[in-house]
Amino acid sequence: MSIPIIQVKSLSIELSGNEILKDISMDIAAGEYVSIIGPNGAGKTTLIKCIAGIYSTWQGTLRIREKLLSEYKNKELARLMSYVPQAEGRTNPLTVEEFVATGRYPHLSAFTTMQPEDHRAVDAALERTDLVPFRQRTMNSLSGGERQMTFIAAALAQGASLLLLDEPSTFLDYRHQANVAAILTSACREHGITVLAVHHDVNTATACSDRIYGIKDGRMVCQGTPEDIAKADVLQNIYDTEFSITPSSDRTLPLVAAGGAL
Amino acid sequence: MKKPILPMVILLMLALLVLALSPLFGMAYIPYTALGQEHEILLNIRIPRVLCAFTAGAMLALSGMSFQALFRNPLATPFTLGVSSGAALGASIFIRLGWAFSFAGISGTSLAAFAGALLSVLLVYGLTRLKGGFSTPTLLLAGIAISFFFSSLILFIQYISGLTHSFRIIHWMMGTFTTADFGKLANLLPFLGIGGLLLAFLHREMNLFMVGEDIAISRGVNVGLVKKLIFLAASLMVGGVVAVCGPIGFVGMMSPHICRLLVGADHRYLTPASLLFGGLFLALCDTLSRTLIAPAEIPVGIITALLGGPFFIWLLLNRKSNLEL
Repeated sequence: MSIPIIQVKSLSIELSGNEILKDISMDIAAGEYVSIIGPNGAGKTTLIKCIAGIYSTWQGTLRIREKLLSEYKNKELARLMSYVPQAEGRTNPLTVEEFVATGRYPHLSAFTTMQPEDHRAVDAALERTDLVPFRQRTMNSLSGGERQMTFIAAALAQGASLLLLDEPSTFLDYRHQANVAAILTSACREHGITVLAVHHDVNTATACSDRIYGIKDGRMVCQGTPEDIAKADVLQNIYDTEFSITPSSDRTLPLVAAGGAL
Repeated sequence: MKKPILPMVILLMLALLVLALSPLFGMAYIPYTALGQEHEILLNIRIPRVLCAFTAGAMLALSGMSFQALFRNPLATPFTLGVSSGAALGASIFIRLGWAFSFAGISGTSLAAFAGALLSVLLVYGLTRLKGGFSTPTLLLAGIAISFFFSSLILFIQYISGLTHSFRIIHWMMGTFTTADFGKLANLLPFLGIGGLLLAFLHREMNLFMVGEDIAISRGVNVGLVKKLIFLAASLMVGGVVAVCGPIGFVGMMSPHICRLLVGADHRYLTPASLLFGGLFLALCDTLSRTLIAPAEIPVGIITALLGGPFFIWLLLNRKSNLEL
């Protein structure tokens, strides 16, 4: 593997006295699409928040492009890495365009205004997420799926080469799920953006990813290619429930379903 | 990006109109062409008073706006967070102790009020942080708790003061511009200058805080520093107002809301709009306070509260969710 763009080494974190993550290590190469899967409460969100710099009380080593996370200036890091939080229904009164423009924050100083290149980045992000017709709508008038798109658009407008996402398609209907998957894979395959995403749905993870990490009870329990992961025994070890594996005619990978042979 | 130029121009015109016409009204109508004693009243009493009311309103609106963004809550205002009470307590203690000193031309009362404001902001922030979020119930409970506690301390100070002194505190606590003059204005303007300038440079950060702290961090905002700067700016402004004209409620809550409807939520435009609207609103209320039962006066705080109470209830009933601004 080439030099990792994200390097996590024996990362552990406690939040209000509870050990959430224990001795997590992972390497992600530039241009990869990597997914993190695991049951509820396994620590997936915490891990992505540690890497995004939102939690800072962890122990271990965390390097982005071989430089320690703590050595980055805030805006310098934000130009390299953007983050899309879990869609938990929160909203704000900004218009879609104003919100997507917040992605340009790390490129601006308190004394500058938006330059033509900033407007171009916002326009491009709106186009890639099909949000152009919504640009003057306020965020609190959008549906959950549309709002999730604006969060992704703002992250794209940030112009970072590394995109972190926390369950980008959970709670979305099928059309929005498919759109999110298409935008993320195209960002990765066509624009060379490294993607690290927490996925709730194993089939989404296997369909999009180059590699998958499985987390359970705050520990890394498995890692491998989608082919390695889409196996009944591997998944059962992660989720503590039986899985059935169904070969699919239009996917190279089989479909998995929980609950054994239903 | 669509710019709300028309509403901004209208607000500016209205503000200038209010500033120009308010000094004419009071116990009696005095035209600008008046001579002699009436000219003196116009120049040395009415004009500084209108300017004081405008400045104070602007500061209250700006501090309300920044609290609402920072706490992501429409009901976060200097009054509901107990910041006004904190400032009032600081000023009361200072007045009671009978000290008199000034620093760089700013009266000690103003500085004491600023310290009290800062203390209560930090208390409310700490309390809500401890409870793990800025939800409306937590925020209001923390604000009310601190407000009550500080109010009782103010009552205690009144109780142990003489009758004259106690009457002065009561009158001042209602919020009034009766004693406004150019000296008071000079005590208000630096607070607006520093606070307003700080907020003017933080419009992007306030937008991001309004979206969420995690997003602000991921966009590269130095969250700790910016939060301190916003607390500082807001406390300066609340302290500055309370020291000079007492705790005046509801301007800080209503103005940013009405401005969001007029110019949108982007703080680049919301900041100047709130300044203008808060200023013209309080100047208007003060004109009402001088004219409604002339020759007597109603404390302006009573008028803003009479208008603000129903607005507060409307806001509580009309929000789709607690988290929405």
